[in-house]
Amino acid sequence: MAVTGAVGAETPGVGAQDHGGTYSGGIWSWLTTVDHKRIGVMYGVSAFLFFLVGGIEALLIRLQLGTPENTLINPDLYNQLFTMHGTTMVFLAIMPLSAAFFNFIVPLQIGARDVAFPRLNAFSFWVFFLGALFMNSSFLFGGAPDAGWFGYANLTSTQYSPGMRVDFWVLGLLVLGVSSIAAALNFIVTIINLRCEGMHFMRMPLFTWMTLITSFLLVMAFPAITVGLVLLMFDRMFGTQFFNPLAGGDVLLWQHLFWIFGHPEVYILLLPGLGMVSEIIPVFSRKPLFGYAFVVYSGVLIAFLGFGVWAHHMFAVGLGPVANTVFAAATMLIAIPTGVKIFNWIATLWGGSLRLKTPLYFCLGFIAMFIIGGLSGVMHASAAADLQQTDTYFIVAHIHYVLFGGVMFALFAGMYYWIPKVTGRMLSDRLGKIHFWIMLVSFNLTFFPQHFLGLHGMPRRTFTYESGLGFEAMNLMSTVGALLLGSSMLIFIWNVLQMLRKGPPTGADPWGGSTLEWSIASPPPHYNFKVLPKVYGRDPLWAADTSDSRPGDDVEAPEPHMPGPSAFPLTTAIGIVVMAAGGLTTTLPVLFVGVAVVLFGVYGWAFQPLEH
Amino acid sequence: MSQTDVATLEVHSATGLPSRKILMWAFIGSECMLFGSLIITYLVYRGKSIVGPYPEELLNIPFITVTTFVLLMSSLMMVLALSAVQRGDMKWGKVWLLMTAVFGMVFLGGQVYEFTHFVHEGLTLQTNLFGGSFFLLTGTHGAHVTVGVIWLLSLFFMGVRGRLTQASAETVEIAGLYWHFVDVVWIVLFTLIYLLS
Repeated sequence: MAVTGAVGAETPGVGAQDHGGTYSGGIWSWLTTVDHKRIGVMYGVSAFLFFLVGGIEALLIRLQLGTPENTLINPDLYNQLFTMHGTTMVFLAIMPLSAAFFNFIVPLQIGARDVAFPRLNAFSFWVFFLGALFMNSSFLFGGAPDAGWFGYANLTSTQYSPGMRVDFWVLGLLVLGVSSIAAALNFIVTIINLRCEGMHFMRMPLFTWMTLITSFLLVMAFPAITVGLVLLMFDRMFGTQFFNPLAGGDVLLWQHLFWIFGHPEVYILLLPGLGMVSEIIPVFSRKPLFGYAFVVYSGVLIAFLGFGVWAHHMFAVGLGPVANTVFAAATMLIAIPTGVKIFNWIATLWGGSLRLKTPLYFCLGFIAMFIIGGLSGVMHASAAADLQQTDTYFIVAHIHYVLFGGVMFALFAGMYYWIPKVTGRMLSDRLGKIHFWIMLVSFNLTFFPQHFLGLHGMPRRTFTYESGLGFEAMNLMSTVGALLLGSSMLIFIWNVLQMLRKGPPTGADPWGGSTLEWSIASPPPHYNFKVLPKVYGRDPLWAADTSDSRPGDDVEAPEPHMPGPSAFPLTTAIGIVVMAAGGLTTTLPVLFVGVAVVLFGVYGWAFQPLEH
Repeated sequence: MSQTDVATLEVHSATGLPSRKILMWAFIGSECMLFGSLIITYLVYRGKSIVGPYPEELLNIPFITVTTFVLLMSSLMMVLALSAVQRGDMKWGKVWLLMTAVFGMVFLGGQVYEFTHFVHEGLTLQTNLFGGSFFLLTGTHGAHVTVGVIWLLSLFFMGVRGRLTQASAETVEIAGLYWHFVDVVWIVLFTLIYLLS
């Protein structure tokens, strides 16, 4: 592999002008890379592109709803837009954006040179990327999925959803599940086994902890939706009766399988953001995190409880008072560990010497918005209240306060915090703060009125509403807010482009961080650590003696050899998507070609030496 | 140099366990959830079919008991194969690997026979809920056995070409973990589908 001498020669603290080392090379080197940092960058860029796609879908929805009895978008297209907006934001934007941080940051934080299985990591990315293209290609072939991101049976049966739209959704999600499970298994092993010397579990940075918990959630939750999707696929393609009430099938089985996955999925989306905030607040308060152990254990508890609350999505289906009460109580219990975390963040800020930089702005915005989302969540944890709110805009407001006000604010905090490590250049703090204020104001303008719309009875997933119902003003407010929210993204993109063009170089450690990723150059050399570090406590870079934790690049040591590039992960991923295409069109030859390519890829992979 | 440095990725271990083994255990955890969801589907739909043929008319317990016994014996072969490879006895290592795969194929043959027999009796995927959930559950297990057989045969042919040595004991052990897991799943399925029918 190409190795730069420049990075090795550079003194710590002086920014690298030549970033060639980690990211240089032609397109082929990106297609075959197994470097966790490059894979992280590819995850980040493609997830952000899909975030924009999902955002444009949302803006079209808001334009349609801006005025009553609008005819801008017809009902059929509207169904496709809200289905793909949900599916894209959950599976193609937030999850892979978190995966970008897992990839780039976690190996650095635990003092490792890469993940445990670098080629499996490349495979996860390519399966995600090709699967995402597969799902979105449905727009070109007769329309996108239109049965909602939850795909309730038997709306998804061939009787009510003929054509290939739902097939795209089923096969696309099955493909994306392969990617998620492979990546999660990889990160479980990486975090358990590649921690550097002295990095005990209770010394791990919070972001690494939340990545570990999220990975366990993925591995345990995805099989349930996989089985649900397989049952649905068999119903649609082979004529089984799983979700056909006339043959005794139970449509609620789908809802159970979907939400046994779907509620842990909420924490899969949320926990990485909680981890980021727990990293950033201490650094900008110049204080160690308050109650480290409490924050860790409350994360574990959230994940554990997350498996026992799925039926609060099903209060309206009539499971009976006992089931509803049990699930309502379990749901309210989750507010406790979540509240614990919020108090810990506030206690960390309390008495700290705050440096109000953009990452901290986004963390503070996150805390405020997430509390609002959490409170409305506790409201419909009560089954009686939920019956009034279910399927109304109240729920839409709630999930956006949690997933946008919560997760996206945290992810932006993470981006402003870690992008200097990724590129070696600083983002503009001024533009960042402008981005923050527009995003905060327009976000609330968009979603706060939706609470009232919902309580006034405006149903969700309906393409228009009549005038005179009192919905006009608040819908218009929401639409204006959404357009502003979209434009705040342009400021962020402009900021990133300016940074790439002429951003001032950052040192190894622009924020005075406490974790190991700040001990090495920005961007890090492709082997990360020339000598593997040793740590003696939490916040190793803040400890008095940091000689072992900050070995730097001037250490006399041979340059480590790293695993060589491989084309087999990409080959195998292509085979999987070809199989999906064969299933979609029910053409056996295509399916067999896909199987053959997968077998070729797997055997090539298994017999290719790691270093070559 | 290259040996030790690559080793930092491959052999470095904070727990003392090989990374590949942890990977297989975590994968098995995920597979438990997969089979758990399928088993729940089967149990939810037990007795819910509104047309026949019904399980009690079709299930041939003595026949499946024999193929179950064969599959359990294959786990014993797997233990013997691993033990031989760990000793460096490659001749017996290859023999037991091949025998494990052959016993697995006998089990699969029994499943093919059972499936064709059921289809002749009028039970297909489409017939009723029993047909759909039975074929999907046992078929998924059969697919796992098939992957295991291919894996074991690959190891056997590596041995024939001299590429399997005492140093590959860990590779065989991981294949063994998978194989034993698939056998344990069958014990659960045999109990739930056949013995409790």
